[in-house]
Amino acid sequence: MQVVEEKDNHLNVNEKETHDVVVRFAGDSGDGMQLTGTNFTQATALYGNDLSTFPDFPAEIRAPVGATFGVSAFQIYFGADDVTTSGDDVDVLVAMNPAALITNLGKLVKGGLVIVDKGAFTQKNLTKAKYEINPLEDNSLDGFRVLSIDIHKQVLTAVEPYGLSHKDALRCKNMWTLGLVMWLFDRDRSATVESLNKKFAAKPQVADANIAALNAGHAYGETAELPAGIHVYKVPKAKVPPGMYRNITGTQALAYGLIAGSELAEIDLLFASYPITPASNLLHELSSKKGFRVKTFQAEDEIAAVCSAMGASFAGSLGVTSSAGPGIALKAEGISLAVASELPLVIVNTQRGGPSTGLPTKTEQSDFNMALFGRHGDTPIPVVAASTATDCFDVAIEAVRLAIRYMTPVMILSDGYLANASEPWKIPNFDSLKSFRVNHYDDPKDFKPSIRDKNTKARVWAKPGTPGMEHRIGGIEKSFETGDISYDPANHQKMTELRKEKVAQIAHDIPLQEVSFGESEGKLAVLGWGSTYGAIHQAVKRAVADGMQVSHIHVRYLSPMPSNLCEILSKFDSVLVPEMNTGQFIKMIRSEFLIDAQGLNKIAGQPFKIGEILAAIVEKYQDL
Amino acid sequence: MNQALPTLTLKDFATDQEVRWCPGCGDYAILKTIQKVMPELNRPKENQVFVSGIGCSSRFPYYMNTFGFHTIHGRAPAIATGVKLANPELDVWVITGDGDGFSIGGNHMMHAIRRNVNLQILLFNNEIYGLTKGQYSPTSQVGTQSPSSPSGSVDAPLSPCLVSLGSGGTFIARSIDTEAKHLSGIVKRGSEHDGTAFIEILQNCPIYNDGVFSQVKDKKLAPEFRVEVNHGKPITFGQENEKGIMLDRQSLSLQVVQCAGNENEILIHDEQNKAQAQLLAEMKGPNFPIAVGVLYKEEKSSFVTDVYEKIDVPKSGPGEFQELLESGHTWEVK
Repeated sequence: MQVVEEKDNHLNVNEKETHDVVVRFAGDSGDGMQLTGTNFTQATALYGNDLSTFPDFPAEIRAPVGATFGVSAFQIYFGADDVTTSGDDVDVLVAMNPAALITNLGKLVKGGLVIVDKGAFTQKNLTKAKYEINPLEDNSLDGFRVLSIDIHKQVLTAVEPYGLSHKDALRCKNMWTLGLVMWLFDRDRSATVESLNKKFAAKPQVADANIAALNAGHAYGETAELPAGIHVYKVPKAKVPPGMYRNITGTQALAYGLIAGSELAEIDLLFASYPITPASNLLHELSSKKGFRVKTFQAEDEIAAVCSAMGASFAGSLGVTSSAGPGIALKAEGISLAVASELPLVIVNTQRGGPSTGLPTKTEQSDFNMALFGRHGDTPIPVVAASTATDCFDVAIEAVRLAIRYMTPVMILSDGYLANASEPWKIPNFDSLKSFRVNHYDDPKDFKPSIRDKNTKARVWAKPGTPGMEHRIGGIEKSFETGDISYDPANHQKMTELRKEKVAQIAHDIPLQEVSFGESEGKLAVLGWGSTYGAIHQAVKRAVADGMQVSHIHVRYLSPMPSNLCEILSKFDSVLVPEMNTGQFIKMIRSEFLIDAQGLNKIAGQPFKIGEILAAIVEKYQDL
Repeated sequence: MNQALPTLTLKDFATDQEVRWCPGCGDYAILKTIQKVMPELNRPKENQVFVSGIGCSSRFPYYMNTFGFHTIHGRAPAIATGVKLANPELDVWVITGDGDGFSIGGNHMMHAIRRNVNLQILLFNNEIYGLTKGQYSPTSQVGTQSPSSPSGSVDAPLSPCLVSLGSGGTFIARSIDTEAKHLSGIVKRGSEHDGTAFIEILQNCPIYNDGVFSQVKDKKLAPEFRVEVNHGKPITFGQENEKGIMLDRQSLSLQVVQCAGNENEILIHDEQNKAQAQLLAEMKGPNFPIAVGVLYKEEKSSFVTDVYEKIDVPKSGPGEFQELLESGHTWEVK
């Protein structure tokens, strides 16, 4: 099924009070748009809106100033309730230069507000953005409401007392713009002031200048004569369950989940990784957590990363490795060794656009097949997928639990969207999490490395340094009885079946599948996995509100799948499977359950829009 | 560590597994030497871990009654690094061959050496691929005839000791499979070294590359083609120990000279001299003898020591974890 845009149903900010809003900050890589977005997000969370964010930055580290391929953007969707995506169409676009305008204007709704820095619309910048005529001077922006301000001039005046160089003074223009947007949505500036003081603690005059710019932008909104229809918008606070909250990105949540897993298992982690976009941040995040049971190792390559992690597991710690698609491909042989030697290992795959180098900074779900089948030999491993930024925390703990309990590698599927997206997180109470303490085997009586737990079929974990536990394991097929090398045909059959069954039976140790939203039976089930959660949820919610019998089912456990998944799906006349690939999970559904599911496939490097999924639901529903 | 360890013998380090190398393989002699030297190291048996990759030599861990991990082709140094990082108390040995260690696993070898991880790497160099039935290896001499080079190989070989030196190795030594006394002395010194000890063992493959080291191994020929270097001793060799190695200061190269008349010119081995180590490592026939012994040794703190120094911060418990979860900007919803 092709992805089509849903036409109506876009949001707008014509009213003084609006239910939800999408704001997109776009500027040059050097304009500080990510910092602006992060601060606005914080203020919005403190205000009490539900929210979701998505940074969208270029692959180039320092693109030439003013170039279209150097545009960096940060999008935030916030509102009164249940925000699960970073939004479809943009209501307010902040464009710091012509390149930012030309590359982002297509995302703005008709009648939406565009704030531009007139001071950056120089002939040079217009040429770089390939504008023949200044869009602020022809009628090309007539369909939008335009707030064109010479922010360059405004910010230079605002920070003049602080004696910065011309260049440094201009660097404050993102804070000026943030101040204006904060005014527009009635946000409090104190958290930003606090973080600026912290960020520039060593350079107090830079902090003061930025704060002055922030305040000046806010004051501009309050005092300047703005075009009609531009005023403060109220976005009602969201109704969310009580508790302590913070914002968290998928990467942070995953890191915290791994640490939590090590605490619950009371075992040290060796996190071994090789830098790769968009997975590197996990290495950075864990590298600064040395006070916990975490050691990090930046290996010489992807293979060394998985291998050193496995060495740590052999030594009695838990090895964890992380990468994106191309790196996971390199780790395949190592993962197979972990399967053969039956050692615990957690592999985090932050998926990105493929094949090959593909789209390193963009998101995709195209490593499903590789996660399940991308190894030589019969090598089943459990695969779990995170559905939201905050879900990464729970999924990481679960991966650690399964790896240790079943002595198996476990792959976590995240993606570029989840890794960078942030959302409010109700902070869990660590004491309420269930522990799963590891007991390494240490009984020398009749010890063999082939001893297995009767229930889990897991091989014993006996670690070096324990007297009487000396043993040899490896990649050559092991005798079921002794653990020694065995070339016996019947033994290989038995061991292959054992490895298959060991993973398959995990289906009895995971929660039954539930319907994520909607009734437990109906005409159409929208079945998803991974980061499509937010968009599917909203689309199904709107369809249900329109009276359609549609439900959302979202799968965390991709291998083995929950034992009741087929039964749940069979309660629906039809199944639609949106995926950011050409249809990988759907093949599993069709082959395992013989269900004639249909796919909705978007491979654009961008997450699904709510409207795209809703349009597919409507189209499909008409055929039922 | 040294309190009342049980007295062990060679037999304590042998397993019940049938050794499956070809009859006459140099690996038998190496195995025997290592099993014999283990009790002399006076270290807990349960702390000995042998990690190997793939190849004939990599079967070695199955025959050692210690912890052993027979892994995948070329990756043993990486896996061993993980073992050592997880538990620095362990004595971690890497068993590898010229194909495993310097072809498919060259990258890991280079990095294990330059990081100075604190491993003992034993490279069994037989200048041929044995387990895959005789193809030329990255240390095979040019012109090696093999199933994959029937008219003789054309690739130039690399010198494992020179690569190790170039990678920043801190203990680089060379020995011979059947020279038990020499080999065990080198292995003992390597095991005492704080850092990665790289030991190249010239090993005969009687099936696919028989006699490739005959000049240095043969009792009659060896005195002419092998020189044993010892720290602080003049570098001399020959049937009557009548020849010596001299440094030509003009060309910064070595020369073989008669000792008589050149007594004061004969090079004294200084294992801490890197430039000299390079010249010695490069020596090969027919014009030079092959040097065996500790070619180079440098005192430098090991990677694992440095890593543990960095992570030697007050350890946090679940309470601190809750604090981490609640770090940054938080807000209360009532």
